[in-house]
Amino acid sequence: METGGRELPEVKTAARWFHKLGSPKFFFEISGRLLPWLWALTAILLATGVVWALGFVPEDYQQGHSVRIMYIHVPAAILAQSGYVMMAAAGLVYLIWRIKLADMALQCAAPVGATLTFLALVTGSIWGKPTWGTWWEWDARLTSTLVLLFLYTGVMALRSAMEGRGAAAGRAAALLAVVGVINLPIIRYSVDWWHTLHQPSSFSLISKPAMPMEMWLPLLVMVPGFYLFFCSTWINRIRTEILHREYRTDWVRELIRSNDV
Amino acid sequence: MMFDSFSAFLSMDGYGPFVWSAYGFALLVFAWNIIQPGRMRRRVIAEHRRRLIRENNE
Repeated sequence: METGGRELPEVKTAARWFHKLGSPKFFFEISGRLLPWLWALTAILLATGVVWALGFVPEDYQQGHSVRIMYIHVPAAILAQSGYVMMAAAGLVYLIWRIKLADMALQCAAPVGATLTFLALVTGSIWGKPTWGTWWEWDARLTSTLVLLFLYTGVMALRSAMEGRGAAAGRAAALLAVVGVINLPIIRYSVDWWHTLHQPSSFSLISKPAMPMEMWLPLLVMVPGFYLFFCSTWINRIRTEILHREYRTDWVRELIRSNDV
Repeated sequence: MMFDSFSAFLSMDGYGPFVWSAYGFALLVFAWNIIQPGRMRRRVIAEHRRRLIRENNE
């Protein structure tokens, strides 16, 4: 961008920072320093949350001990959707700015998101049996969450089917991810639009939750724990992808030669 | 602690199989997301190390 030197220094700094963050080498160095701390914090939150949820949360007056499934099911369902937003955002960045790192981020988010969506569906099914009396129902929220799983696996399948066609594979996967965002409001409002089996959310950050504090407090530990886990394993995958795609660069050769990875 | 004994903790008033299988699936998903990327990383590094050695020999 040549504006005859009249560009504001702040704009220049921001652009340079954006550019630098998109550089695989810079990301690799920063994330390498950050990752051990992220994993440690993830472990602390998840261990605390699991012990709390399994041993110390009081039974629900209707659901009894089966309510403990909530502390896996709700965070998994939240991350299934949030993970999709993060993946689609990476896809949008790639479509607009063609930043290689965004393409890698999209590719690496899909398997993590798919497994967490699978976990949300399976734990929901296990929770549904004693609570609703059925493992599965073609309820609006359940069906749209199943569609979410297909979107994640679709992104992965499209990418691997177009392997060897260069940037076209990344663009097609990014386009599918971005278009698939339409499914998210459907999941979100399905419980209000169609009064089917799945109950509306009984937990919200903006209004008073419809459950006692000793029941929602562990969720406040588990949800960030799941977020951190998603980010840690995502970053971990992106780092491998960087090594794989940038193997021709001097810095990756040096890393591999010196056994320093 | 909400349970009087370890067996009460396991059975959870009959909800045990549901609760424990849900946590079991969570463990599986988490373990896969730790183990699989680690294996992929080792495979990528080994592949490119072999490539480097091959190039050096030529």
